[in-house]
Amino acid sequence: MENSMHEVEHHYDEMSVVCERPSTLLDARMHYCPGCGHGVAHRILMEAIEELGIQEQTVGVAPVGCSVFAYHYMNVDMQEAAHGRATAVATGIKRCLPDKYVYTYQGDGDLAAIGTGETVHTVNRGENILIVFINNAIYGMTGGQMAPTTLLEQKTSTTPYGRESSFMGNPLKITELLAQLPGAFYVTRQAVNTPVNVRRAKKALLNALKYQKLNKGTCMVEIVSNCPTNWGMKPVEANEWLVENMLPYYPLGDMKVPSKEDIENA
Amino acid sequence: MGELRLMKGNEALAEAAIRAGMDAYFGYPITPQSEVLEYLTREGYNRTKCTILQAESEIASINMVYGAAGAGARVMTSSSSPGISLMQEGLSYIAGAELPCLVVNINRGGPGLGTIQPSQGDYFQSVKGGGHGDYRLIVLAPATVQEMADFVEEGWDLADKYRNPVMMLSDGALGQMMEKVELREQRDRTARKAPEWATTGKPVERDRNFITSLFIKPEEMEQVNLHLQEKYRTIEANEIRVQEMDTEDADFIIVAYGLSARIGHKVMEIMRAEGVKVGLIRPITLWPYPYATIAKAAEHVKGFLSLELNAGQMVEDVRLAVNGRCPVGHYGRMGGIIPSPEEVVEVLKDMYSKIQ
Repeated sequence: MENSMHEVEHHYDEMSVVCERPSTLLDARMHYCPGCGHGVAHRILMEAIEELGIQEQTVGVAPVGCSVFAYHYMNVDMQEAAHGRATAVATGIKRCLPDKYVYTYQGDGDLAAIGTGETVHTVNRGENILIVFINNAIYGMTGGQMAPTTLLEQKTSTTPYGRESSFMGNPLKITELLAQLPGAFYVTRQAVNTPVNVRRAKKALLNALKYQKLNKGTCMVEIVSNCPTNWGMKPVEANEWLVENMLPYYPLGDMKVPSKEDIENA
Repeated sequence: MGELRLMKGNEALAEAAIRAGMDAYFGYPITPQSEVLEYLTREGYNRTKCTILQAESEIASINMVYGAAGAGARVMTSSSSPGISLMQEGLSYIAGAELPCLVVNINRGGPGLGTIQPSQGDYFQSVKGGGHGDYRLIVLAPATVQEMADFVEEGWDLADKYRNPVMMLSDGALGQMMEKVELREQRDRTARKAPEWATTGKPVERDRNFITSLFIKPEEMEQVNLHLQEKYRTIEANEIRVQEMDTEDADFIIVAYGLSARIGHKVMEIMRAEGVKVGLIRPITLWPYPYATIAKAAEHVKGFLSLELNAGQMVEDVRLAVNGRCPVGHYGRMGGIIPSPEEVVEVLKDMYSKIQ
């Protein structure tokens, strides 16, 4: 028995770690549903913070919604904001700690419904923060109600016959809207439904965090995500539905990118 | 002796905030307190490099205050009644997350959009909890421009001591009137260190700090509530402030705060000149409330009059303190009308004749 244990340890010594939890994520079991995009989005954001070596200089703001407990997973100083007010809270933090990296992590209900006013004015002021916007076209935490980003004809618990534009308005492309504002410095839409998209989304987060030091305006990374539980689908089906329905309406790609001069002159 | 100036209450408040080492102010224009934001945008950054920001709403203002307070800043916002109503959700979160800050209400007449004239109609909202949940604000009620200046630093010190939001409940008359004010020395705002619980960025050697009012497990939420209640009992034991004037030999006592106390003081002088021994109790902290002072006086006086610029709000606390030992009346004008001392004298004489 002792011999076999020794062999096992020896065996481990020869192995190398190829994937581990970043130091910026806590060793906690997440409450997210199987197949949910939040876990991946959390991870790539915190990997970006680790890789840039800015854990000690970063303050995050959690929203109300499924990611309300983000501060139980993200190993940086954090504040939990009232519903919709994350960017106002982030403004208060950033204005008092201008040398720190400040980000918000918000869902579509938080950012684009109850918090639309705060979101628009934060970007319009060009607050030097990063807004990570998770768009899964539904209210997850409260059980699957219509979100501002819910697609037309999409069924939710409050659009049981499908969203109808004459009655419930249209899915809000708030990221396109925000990209029009002079205060926006870098605005992009990404997804985490495939390995390639995960890598691209992480690259966008890395860039957005780097840009924050330039003090040139707000950076926003929308991540089109899923909600298998409230969409009523298996995780794989949900990602297929995302490709077939979400991405045609919310196309991936950059909406506003800094010019070379913007970056060089900073 | 500090520097003497003739100033509006709102300007004295703003000047005192700069001198007390304010790190940040977030506000939105509303009459009758817009001078605070105007004064600070003109003077604040230039003098101490503090943050002064005009927000897009009072909702944004109070949430910016939350963020700044959580980041360890000495932070203030000010508004008037409708704007303070918009801040109630934020105040509840700030109380729940135990963040120190100063919120100033230059009370105007309501309900609704109401009027821009002075009122004390926000007493209930201020002292009984205008937002959701079991929480308390420490409420300071200035009666002079001098106190509007002094209560800024004292308010922040109380907020820091107890990690609790402090409200200064003033009104449109005190905000707009000019009086002599003695200003304190300029504090070095860089000398104040952020508290160890603040979200200033996590050094390697400590665990992350997080600011929250969310405790989803009922067992945890109850413990947080019990902790808050214990803190509130400590504040009640230590921080009651009240001014008594000629109460020792009084047969009758006027209870009034803020602007009403100044009218009450004049009423007292008129009555005393006519040989009626009237005293005045002026609560300076509206929460915690000076119940014991009023209860003690109730042992030897024939009656109380609660004088307020409202339909009768603080009178409920006076009655709680008096506990049936003698009659308690109320007189108030609403809608921005300020009663004259002579008007109150008539009310008081009528009441006094009935209880003789």
